[in-house]
Amino acid sequence: MWIAYKTIVFKEVRRFSRIWIQTIIPPVITTSLYLLIFGGLMGSRIGQMQGVDYLHFIVPGIILMTVIMQSYANTVSSFFMAKYNNSFEELLVSPTPNWIILMGYISGGVSRGFCVGLAVTFTISFFVEIRPYSFSILIATFFLTSIMFSLAGFINAIFARTFDDVSIIPNFVLLPLTYLGGMFYSIDILPSFWRGLSSFNPIFYMMDSFRLGFLGIGSVELWKAFMVPLAMILLLVLIANYLLNRGVSIKTE
Amino acid sequence: MALALSTEKLTKTYSNQLKALIGINLKVEKGDFFALLGSNGAGKTTAIGIICGLLKSTAGSVEINGLDQKTHVNKIKRMIGLMPQEFNFNPHEPNIEILINQAGYFGIARTEATIQAEKLLKIMELWDRRFDIAQSLSGGMKRRLMLARALMHQPEILILDEPTAGVDVEIRQSMWAYLKQLNKEGVTIILTTHYLEEAESLCRNIAILDKGELVEQSNMKKLLLKAKHQVLILESIDKLPENIAVENCDCEILDDHTLQVFQGESTSISDVVIALSAQNINVSHLRSAQNRLEALFLSLTN
Repeated sequence: MWIAYKTIVFKEVRRFSRIWIQTIIPPVITTSLYLLIFGGLMGSRIGQMQGVDYLHFIVPGIILMTVIMQSYANTVSSFFMAKYNNSFEELLVSPTPNWIILMGYISGGVSRGFCVGLAVTFTISFFVEIRPYSFSILIATFFLTSIMFSLAGFINAIFARTFDDVSIIPNFVLLPLTYLGGMFYSIDILPSFWRGLSSFNPIFYMMDSFRLGFLGIGSVELWKAFMVPLAMILLLVLIANYLLNRGVSIKTE
Repeated sequence: MALALSTEKLTKTYSNQLKALIGINLKVEKGDFFALLGSNGAGKTTAIGIICGLLKSTAGSVEINGLDQKTHVNKIKRMIGLMPQEFNFNPHEPNIEILINQAGYFGIARTEATIQAEKLLKIMELWDRRFDIAQSLSGGMKRRLMLARALMHQPEILILDEPTAGVDVEIRQSMWAYLKQLNKEGVTIILTTHYLEEAESLCRNIAILDKGELVEQSNMKKLLLKAKHQVLILESIDKLPENIAVENCDCEILDDHTLQVFQGESTSISDVVIALSAQNINVSHLRSAQNRLEALFLSLTN
């Protein structure tokens, strides 16, 4: 089982490394543009947010957004393509248990989130001095976020029937939720109604804990910020495992 | 003789109510080279899909080497190697990686898998293309790659769904030779093919599916004996006479040098040649107008 798991993970890592121009370069360029426009050009006019320079304030959000999008993109595209070209049958005819398949794909998503997140952080280091407040909070938030969105991408891929189905969720759900999750602003400056509404956005909690790990500033208690993605992960694991065991959209009914 | 595969009332009805299999009782002995024939849509691929765990059956059971498929899923998967009809690999992956990954899914370590992949790629004459992506291979090469992939975990039972479709004659012959060798080494082979001469020359036992039902299951030789009539095409260097008669046979002159003989039940090919020779007709070439198995197949699946 361990060999099967390693095989899936290595295959995933090789896949996104092979197409590095599509997977690693675009987020690096986007990050540079964000920093240039929101940080360099507009940041000085905005001033400070929660007591730090605006440029510093948006850095954790930009990194975490990259992690979210890349983790999601890796599992949704890889698993959908495996369904599309029927190469998923290679796994179906093998004795690899479904939970290993799930773990393999999720680890692939986490690996891509980590690699691209690292590339983006490296790029950011040319614009801003990076001195994390707590590595352990950063790493824990990274893993929780990356696992959660890799799982979400996997479930999306199970249901996806066309290429459109693969891009709908990232564009119409993930991106708005990321922007509204406090990537560019502190939730404290919102009117109470919008602040209350933001508390239903799981990305807000991840943004908050990641910013705490980076800058030492946060709006919610750390345990709450960790509990939300943990609960989501548990729920998504149960759903993904159920769908795999039922063979939904994998085995013809 | 112990059975490698046994199905009991295997039934598959798809969600669109299409009845693909209707109570199939299939028996394949260990070490057999078995042909599973049927026209398009007869249910062959569905049966293979269920046997390999790619599809769920609606009713009935499958046993592999005496183990129930529902209770010994993983053990059974290790016993079977499948070469499906459709190309089902990642076309952007290097050929050698496709094989090594497949072995990995079966729990074979990379170092061991690399040795096995090298051996199989050399046998399939794909070694020079090992680092190319699968997409760049010709149709026949892709088929050989899929055969190599099916053999990576050294299965006891090899299921081949149209293995030589699109493969040129030379490569097909070498694939046949390799399959015969595998069978000699003890691998049970189940073959579906539209090339009936392939089934006739390779397989010892045969089953024919028609519209989801098993219409025949027999020994190949016994089945071929059922082919009562054979149509022979004979060619002569000399011009044929206008009136030709062969006892118990109907003769038809196709052109000045070609004769068609509808062979009677009690008449052998030697009888035909002797009768023609007695009429000063020297047969220079003789062939069957239709493959015997093909004739039987058509009569059974009419």
